[in-house]
Amino acid sequence: MEPAPIQFEPIAEDALLLRFGERIDVTLNERVRAAVITLQRQLPQLEYVPAYASVLVRFDPLAWHNANVSPHQALERQVRIALGHDEAPVHASREQEIPVCYGGVHGPDLAGVAQHLHLPIDDVIARHADADYHVAMLGFAPGFPYLLGLDPTLAMPRRDDPRQRVPAGSVGIGGLQTGIYPDPLPGGWQLIGRTPLRLFDVNATPPSLLATGDRVRFRAIDDDEFRHLEAEQHR
Amino acid sequence: MSVSVLKPGLLSTVQDGGRPGHAAIGVGRAGAMDIPAWRLANALVGNRGGEAALECTLLGPTLRFEQAAWIALTGAPIQAHIRSFDVPPWTACHVAAGSVLQLGGMAVGCRSYLTVRGGFDVTPVLGSRSSDLHARLGHHAGRALQAGDVLRIGPASDLHEEDAADTIQALPWRLDPQPWFDFASSPITLCHGSHWSQLDKASQERLYGSRFSIGKDSNRTASRLDGQTLQLRAPLELISEAALPGTVQLPPSGQPIVLMAEAPVTGGYPRIGQVAAVDLPRLAQRRPGDAVCFRHGTLEHAIARLTEREQALDALLAQVARRLQREGSTRA
Repeated sequence: MEPAPIQFEPIAEDALLLRFGERIDVTLNERVRAAVITLQRQLPQLEYVPAYASVLVRFDPLAWHNANVSPHQALERQVRIALGHDEAPVHASREQEIPVCYGGVHGPDLAGVAQHLHLPIDDVIARHADADYHVAMLGFAPGFPYLLGLDPTLAMPRRDDPRQRVPAGSVGIGGLQTGIYPDPLPGGWQLIGRTPLRLFDVNATPPSLLATGDRVRFRAIDDDEFRHLEAEQHR
Repeated sequence: MSVSVLKPGLLSTVQDGGRPGHAAIGVGRAGAMDIPAWRLANALVGNRGGEAALECTLLGPTLRFEQAAWIALTGAPIQAHIRSFDVPPWTACHVAAGSVLQLGGMAVGCRSYLTVRGGFDVTPVLGSRSSDLHARLGHHAGRALQAGDVLRIGPASDLHEEDAADTIQALPWRLDPQPWFDFASSPITLCHGSHWSQLDKASQERLYGSRFSIGKDSNRTASRLDGQTLQLRAPLELISEAALPGTVQLPPSGQPIVLMAEAPVTGGYPRIGQVAAVDLPRLAQRRPGDAVCFRHGTLEHAIARLTEREQALDALLAQVARRLQREGSTRA
């Protein structure tokens, strides 16, 4: 089946949205990733913001001014040309393993999640840790990954009373999504565990541990290993 | 070369032009809420243009200058004095070493900018000195000033001997704050957003025909609009997409939210409008309780007005630089 055509929507003076679809779907997200790689190569002076099924292009409308067409039309033409003649091969994704200590103080909502889903706690942990995830986008806060691939039997509504401060490294479930809070942040997702890894550090290169397109696996660890790894991170 | 914070004010943050280029890892731009005011304040002290300033919110800080400096104030009109000397805004002022600058309240508006020749030299993070309170980036991991903070001042070339003089003195001329500060609270231009057509008819009329007021829990991330509730024809299930400053989102509560300088890079609420970039600094100057009315504009018209504004601002910045050079006042 032919992929659906890209919709172009000017959304601000300096922003053009490229929409590939309206669903959360791995295939659409792969197209987003391929498009960003191609555009970064062909039109490197612009900024790209990938999301689940769309890419936002930020540009300087004054620099794209032209007597005959609007800056958005001029940019759309260049984007179409760039995407038309070079369907970039997507580089093999990086594999990232994230150690997670499930439950207890690190995952205060795990017992409630298990109860809500009518599953034993160990099953919730096994189903969460056994899946293959894919970083669909980073957003909400620096380095916060939105992961695709959650076992649909683990889908959980968000908390009625969002927390004012979720500890850094907390792993949560919100609807069909799962993610990791890189910093202490307010949050409404159900917290099932915590990783000792630092997901975002402005002094690291690159600052974000994860990037769009990365494959992610969780590995269940116990409290001792959590403390050991946490100490290593701060060394 | 430093400035000590004696009292922090209500919410005083270090801001420059922002942190572009990192949205793909979830880092927004932040930066000054009123960019033209920030640029003009830099020009007045003879800075090159990208230097960080203090953005003061509603009530300014009290600062001690540990050495002589050239300063300027722009944005919302703010009470400012050094002992009995009233520090005039929209001009450059020379302050002596040891001067205590007391910034007070703002008669109107919400944000004032204080620049110093050389700029506030906090350590840049990802290419910018802006504090992002939401993302916790910048000065002291993105927090507002606190009493006891010491801010370094960057190097300024050509400081002449008389600049170190023990005098407090303003230039004999100042800029007209208009059109850079909107005293008239005129309507804000709003372009249709992706989901504007999904609003019910009455809500479409209310958005452009009614008065909103700025909600009390507004901040650098978003201005909340109170006074009217808007509704969609039917609930929309959306997936997260990129978000921008100026985007008007409609959460399920029906109270619209305008994203501001510290907007997160993605969002999942319906986008019912986009504030014209040229009017965003004017919206940033509305304080909680202030009225806001919208008038419709096309994106094409918004780009034309932005182009005009940028040309006028560039011309004024060049004029200020020439005048300072001619008069040798701040050794630009």
